Amino acid sequence: MTRRLRLILLGVGLAVLGTLLVVALPQLPRFGGDAHPYRDLAVVATFQHATANAVSSINFDQRGFDTFGEETILFCAVVGVAALLRPVHRERRREVASGGRVLESTSLLVYVLFPVTLVLGADVVAHGAITPGGGFQGGVVLSTGIHLLYVGGRYRLLQRLRPLAWFEQGEALGVVLFGALGLAAAAFGAALFANVVPQGTLSDFVSAGTVPLFNMAVGLTVGSSIVVLLASFLDQTLAIRADQGGAGPSDGVREGAA
Amino acid sequence: MNETVLTNLVVAAALTLVLVGAGAVVFTRNPAKQAVVLSVYGILLTVLFVALGAPDVALSQVAIGTAVVPLIVVLSIRKVGSIGSERARARSEAKASDGDP
Repeated sequence: MTRRLRLILLGVGLAVLGTLLVVALPQLPRFGGDAHPYRDLAVVATFQHATANAVSSINFDQRGFDTFGEETILFCAVVGVAALLRPVHRERRREVASGGRVLESTSLLVYVLFPVTLVLGADVVAHGAITPGGGFQGGVVLSTGIHLLYVGGRYRLLQRLRPLAWFEQGEALGVVLFGALGLAAAAFGAALFANVVPQGTLSDFVSAGTVPLFNMAVGLTVGSSIVVLLASFLDQTLAIRADQGGAGPSDGVREGAA
Repeated sequence: MNETVLTNLVVAAALTLVLVGAGAVVFTRNPAKQAVVLSVYGILLTVLFVALGAPDVALSQVAIGTAVVPLIVVLSIRKVGSIGSERARARSEAKASDGDP
């Protein structure tokens, strides 16, 4: 494609997009207005199922199937990254030593924040139906919390604390659990992903029916996914190197012939 | 009435900060520094989401936008750098062995 053709294509695209935006934007409700039909319906449905966190209720109760799709997308994306970043032909893994130069203040912060972050992550997952947060946010906090060890220069400890095979299984297990919970609702005679468990009292720790269960399944998937994702990147950065030995044998033959 | 004015002021301030932060990210040329600026920008976005009353989104943003994404960017930059330096070393070694005899 020539440069001129590309510019014409870009110009046409921008013109169409611009026209559509100009037509569409004035039709939008005003920023911060009072009329929110979606909110009115969603919040009523949320309280009917004794869920304090409306966002969790929408994600896991009112449109659980949507969230299942999103979770599958994340799962596939992480599998793709792990497949792309694995060591391939003519690459080798080298041993990575712990340490390097880490500021003492950084080490101290890591030692203080490591347990705090893990507890916070577990808390965010467990209280997903009651307070802001949930499986996704808590899972990310948990998995990034583990990687504080890398920031503190303790890469070997991180490797030992994070048996990758477990997290690969955990990622899949979370997706399966999520789907199974959805199917179980259908098996109990309600719709797919319906909230069939008794919902209890609003804002109790055990309330909102299936929402906390879905939160845990998502927390498992997301936490494991991010661990696998970051592990792939860390492995590439620290351990995997191009194999210079690949050219070795032919060199040897040449030298032997000489 | 007073409360709405206050909320609007907070939202306006947060939006301005996000605008400034976005500019800072775009105009940082060095990718390694850009990752750090991106992380700060993530915190500014978090402030905006809290000001707009969306704590769920703010939590996602602070976890993904200020921790995971900049970490992935920094790791990728390091990997690219190590590929470059390894190639350079291999080239200089090859040159040295050519020059030896």
